[in-house]
Amino acid sequence: METMDRRSGGVEVRLDDLTRTFGPVQALDGLNLTLAPGELVSLLGPSGCGKTTALRILAGLDDATSGKVLVDGKDLSRVPANKRDMGMVFQAYSLFPHMTTRQNVEFGLKLRKISSAERRSRAIEMLELVGLAAQSERYAHQLSGGQQQRVALARALAFEPSVLLLDEPLSALDAKVRAQLRDEIRRVQREVGTTTLFVTHDQEEALAMADRVGVMRSGRLEQIAPPQELYSSPTSQFVAEFVGLTNRLPAIVSGGRARVAGMEVPTLDGSVREGTGMALVRPESAHVKAAAAGHSGNGRVTTTSFLGAISRLHIDMDDDTRLIAQVPRSIGGAVAPGDRVEVVIDPAPVLVVAD
Amino acid sequence: MRWVVLAVVGLFFLLPLVSMYEFATKIGPQNPHKWDAFKAITTNPQLTAAIKTSLELCVLTAVGMLVLLLPTMVWVRLKVPWAKRIVEFLCLLPLTIPAIVIVVGITNVQSWVYYLITDGPLSLTFPYIVLVLPYCYRALDAGLASIDVNTLSEAARSLGASWFTVITRIILPNIASAVLSAAFLAVALVLGEFTFASLLLFDNLQVVIAALGLSNAAVSVAVSLASLAFAAALLFLLSFVGVRRRSGQVV
Repeated sequence: METMDRRSGGVEVRLDDLTRTFGPVQALDGLNLTLAPGELVSLLGPSGCGKTTALRILAGLDDATSGKVLVDGKDLSRVPANKRDMGMVFQAYSLFPHMTTRQNVEFGLKLRKISSAERRSRAIEMLELVGLAAQSERYAHQLSGGQQQRVALARALAFEPSVLLLDEPLSALDAKVRAQLRDEIRRVQREVGTTTLFVTHDQEEALAMADRVGVMRSGRLEQIAPPQELYSSPTSQFVAEFVGLTNRLPAIVSGGRARVAGMEVPTLDGSVREGTGMALVRPESAHVKAAAAGHSGNGRVTTTSFLGAISRLHIDMDDDTRLIAQVPRSIGGAVAPGDRVEVVIDPAPVLVVAD
Repeated sequence: MRWVVLAVVGLFFLLPLVSMYEFATKIGPQNPHKWDAFKAITTNPQLTAAIKTSLELCVLTAVGMLVLLLPTMVWVRLKVPWAKRIVEFLCLLPLTIPAIVIVVGITNVQSWVYYLITDGPLSLTFPYIVLVLPYCYRALDAGLASIDVNTLSEAARSLGASWFTVITRIILPNIASAVLSAAFLAVALVLGEFTFASLLLFDNLQVVIAALGLSNAAVSVAVSLASLAFAAALLFLLSFVGVRRRSGQVV
């Protein structure tokens, strides 16, 4: 009998030069990715970028055309899904309809020949972890969508897998439950310390949950970095535009510095070195104030949208560019469409791409 | 109005049954006592042998059909979804071919069955599985369509289940009523089958009923009535099991 006292401390996971073709479509094109023990890495990208394919290959539910899957140094490329020791939560509701919540959580333990008393206490422990111990005798159709996904998480972690795989587990839920469950998954994952790969197309989810976020494009990893770094220092136009809102403002680059909207700011690695280009500026990096009396400012507000704590302003600049600025409520409330404003760009480094 | 319709429909179904009962219990030179025809069901050795054969064929056909069809249909859904239309076409094909054509076509294959497995009436199992395919395919297909086979099997696989476990412990319990109706259809079809057995020269229930009809019509009608009652009982049982399962889920 397998013992249950092993705490899954997390193992290293490596995807080594993975490729996968579906007929003429190249879903993965030499993907390299390493997850440190206990780390939560999120794969983010538009649909069809290969993120789900990568996760399914890691799970053993799909075969790579070439490349290797290494977990804790062992090559699992030819190991079937049921022998890989990986817990998985799916996008679609996946609880077994003919079993109660507790029986669902116990299923993986039963297959590992754990005694029924130990199985039961472990299942209740896991259900407590996701706050659903009171629902242990209910069937899937008696639970809400959010509860079902929490049970699925408990089930995936009950047998202490070496790796946890999350395949857009929140996308079927409504916004409020999604935000709650997002925090809960992160808390549970921290508590058990299982190395986790999380696939999503929702950038907010990826940025909020992951230790590192990998942005994928056309079967390759475009950039992988901690959320803050990814947001503030994107290395390519694709990443800058995919993660968060981005303004494209004309810039003149010279000697590692760019002149944007009358301001001089340093450039990030990967920027155009000399000449003209487009600076990618975040909406919150554009500071706005009403033009002082006697000054005409450098732009005109076209629309304002109130978003609670912040406001978003659309501004036509005098140099014929359009800019979106994100400002605190106090400033947003003070300007109206048609007002002249003064826009100043934050002196933080920006990425300047070829025009 | 509703009662009139019910009465007319009831009469339509009951009248032949009552007539059969009347005919089978009529006292005549061959059946001096009222229940002789029904007693013959258990005492006529030719008939009891045929009943036994037909019941064995029912079980073998139902089991054979499920063993062949269920894993195939699950596999097609999971791994080769593009082949679903082909499998469906192949399974529905027997419906469009007259039984006599199937028998003629199958003779060569059957001779291998006689040679390798059995040359007794149970060899009919194989043509019978072909015969019931269209009906059972439909029943199982409806069951599989009602659950998310892909996600459930992938979830079970990731939890450590082998393919055998996936089918027996995850898929099967969730389509139990579909499996039961497929099995019942197979049983009902095999009980009423005449052409295959007659043309391949085996004695099953219907062949013997027809033969008895020539010598002792009352017995043949009594057996027909009994087999109808048996089928009705099975149907009743099936609906009972279906209801219990559903109420069992809503705890």
